Amino acid sequence: MTNLVDFRTCPTTGLGVDRAAERLIKANAVVAVVFLAIGGFFGLLVALTRWPGVHFLPADWFYLALTAHGLDVLLVWIIFFEMAILYFASAVLLNSRLAGPKWAWAGFGLMLAGALITNVAVLRGQSSVMFTSYVPMMAEPPFYLGIILFAVGALIGCFVFFGTLVIAKRDKTYAGSIPLVTFGALTAAIIAIFTIASGAIILIPTLFWSLGLISHIDPLVYKTIWWGMGHSSQQINVSAHVAVWYAIAAMVFGAKPLSEKVSRTAFLMYILFLQLASAHHMLVEPGFSSEWKIFNTSYAMYLAVLGSMVHGMTVPGSIEAAQRARGLTKGLFEWLRKAPWSNPAFAGMFMSLVFFGFIGGISGVVMGTEQINLIMHNTLYVPGHFHGTVVAGTTLAFMAITYLLVPLIFRRELMMKKLAMLQPYIFGIGVAGISVFMMGAGTLGVSRRHWDMTFADAQLPFDYPSAAFLMMGLNGIFAVLAALGGLMFIVIVVGSVFFGRRLGEDEKPAYPDVPPQAAAVSHYGSSETLRIPGTAFLVGIFFVAFVLYYFVNWKYLSEIWPLS
Amino acid sequence: MAITPPSERIWWRQPIARIELIWIVVAFVWGLIMFSMMIYWHGAGEQNLSSEAYQIKAQRFAQYTQDMIDEYQVREENGFPVVHPPAGGDVYLIARLWQWWPILELEKDQSYRLHLSSMDWQHGFSLQPVNINVQVHPGYEMVITLRPDQAGEFGVVCNEFCGIGHHMMVGKIYVVE
Repeated sequence: MTNLVDFRTCPTTGLGVDRAAERLIKANAVVAVVFLAIGGFFGLLVALTRWPGVHFLPADWFYLALTAHGLDVLLVWIIFFEMAILYFASAVLLNSRLAGPKWAWAGFGLMLAGALITNVAVLRGQSSVMFTSYVPMMAEPPFYLGIILFAVGALIGCFVFFGTLVIAKRDKTYAGSIPLVTFGALTAAIIAIFTIASGAIILIPTLFWSLGLISHIDPLVYKTIWWGMGHSSQQINVSAHVAVWYAIAAMVFGAKPLSEKVSRTAFLMYILFLQLASAHHMLVEPGFSSEWKIFNTSYAMYLAVLGSMVHGMTVPGSIEAAQRARGLTKGLFEWLRKAPWSNPAFAGMFMSLVFFGFIGGISGVVMGTEQINLIMHNTLYVPGHFHGTVVAGTTLAFMAITYLLVPLIFRRELMMKKLAMLQPYIFGIGVAGISVFMMGAGTLGVSRRHWDMTFADAQLPFDYPSAAFLMMGLNGIFAVLAALGGLMFIVIVVGSVFFGRRLGEDEKPAYPDVPPQAAAVSHYGSSETLRIPGTAFLVGIFFVAFVLYYFVNWKYLSEIWPLS
Repeated sequence: MAITPPSERIWWRQPIARIELIWIVVAFVWGLIMFSMMIYWHGAGEQNLSSEAYQIKAQRFAQYTQDMIDEYQVREENGFPVVHPPAGGDVYLIARLWQWWPILELEKDQSYRLHLSSMDWQHGFSLQPVNINVQVHPGYEMVITLRPDQAGEFGVVCNEFCGIGHHMMVGKIYVVE
């Protein structure tokens, strides 16, 4: 069997690349980017409608666009790209053939069919039920069917990944343990299994209910299990994009993890505890006990948060160690100042790290505090938080690694290099603005998923404070900036993939200019030589910001009406 | 490198750098503090959501609400009855497409047992500008003990998407001295 596999040798790494795996990585990445474009376009329409001065779409189109936006970016773009990452982290990094490429194509076909079916259902206009589709609000059966098919396809992809790990180990294509990035991808795939199982448990009965075969789905049960999928799927993203951070640090700097043990244990924390996060969505629902809420919402005493905080130090720390080993040792920050800021892979990755921690991470923990959720639930604070995690964190990280994958996997030279240099900044700053201003509006009480914050057609009048209108205007401006950054990404990537200069068989890509991996780095990593004062300082700033913001919100909470 | 197998085969025996250990301990302790804060607030804080809830049929909840309206209605506003129930008593608020029914008039610094339920889909009780947000489900009745500590006119926005009229769903609560 093995002799039938068609390998090429990568001129950069010397590893064998299974062409079947390569084709699958390309297909999944291309479809992912197409759906990023579609979903991003809907997102722009949503933001322009919520911009009070523009108020672009009519109400029915707004709710339709919002449903499509959530599905296409939160689910379709990200999972397709994650399939590409799984195949890359297994077959390519392990120097192995891919297990069952036909199965992988079947999974790809199911995902694509599912995504199209659900999109058509939404565009028909009778399924504007939002991404969450809370019962008893009902969508047309194809809406649920498409999501189920998509999930089955993703499940097949996960098993192809597991199978590839088994084959690589059996064929001894690598020595010792799997690389950290592959370990992170494995974490993501394991969480994906739990996620998809939760989705199946609730969405299959819901499909039968919409077909009239089941009479009743309990809304609280639906919500608890649905979020076993909905929130856990975001934890797949966290694992995947943290793996991508490590991968970019390795590919751009030759960085070595400070401690394999610490980083791998941090990933393990995700597997053990992240699934409890369904509770984040149940903090103000009727009937749940405080004990249940406190244990689950904190991931069993914040052990998954601990995992992220550890990565928050070890990723920049490994970069600092690599840079210092290369001689950039002056002061606290020479290593960072002289980092390749014009390399979009690094710039995107570093912004993703900072925004995920400061914006997405802190706000998530604060909002997930049992009592504080009372002043944030279902306000715009919620989308503010998850645009910080999923867009500024995951999407920006995925964009960043795409700049490395285009020459390495697609074997094309990157086009429009000046534009590529700017792209992560424009997209990153745009998204950071979206997150911060939505969180601001949410703090002022503005509802999420809401067409008209002036309540012009309501039977009773109500006015939000004028500061809230300012926040939504700023949100609109930054959304336009983010959309511009997204468009730049799509133009650069699609242009390069289809029209970029083909690299020769043995040609090493010149761009993004990856510095030669310093020999010193590979000997680095024992505890005696480790010095990362710059990272320690940055982590200190993060910690102070976290503590202050956390207690400020307790102060806000203490000012509302007493209730028990 | 993170994209290659660990260079030390027995990586789990490698020592951990001091700076990493310090951060792990700090982060872990901070997690315990945040965990304890939630428990502490149940004793010391005044804002804790009740877990009192019942399963209930929509008609039954509507009947309780109607009984309250019949007994304590004081006036009408834009077609909505305004109800001034006795301080310390039970008050009912219906969520339905696309109204909060009725308008409540409460007294400042008095406690009320507020019952919330939906007649149809899920809704979100969002009291503004106080910014108290609670999810309202059909088939479940949630009971919250609430003590308004400021007088004035407050809006009840629906903040759970409930169809095409979602943005028109606004209710009102008056708090009088």
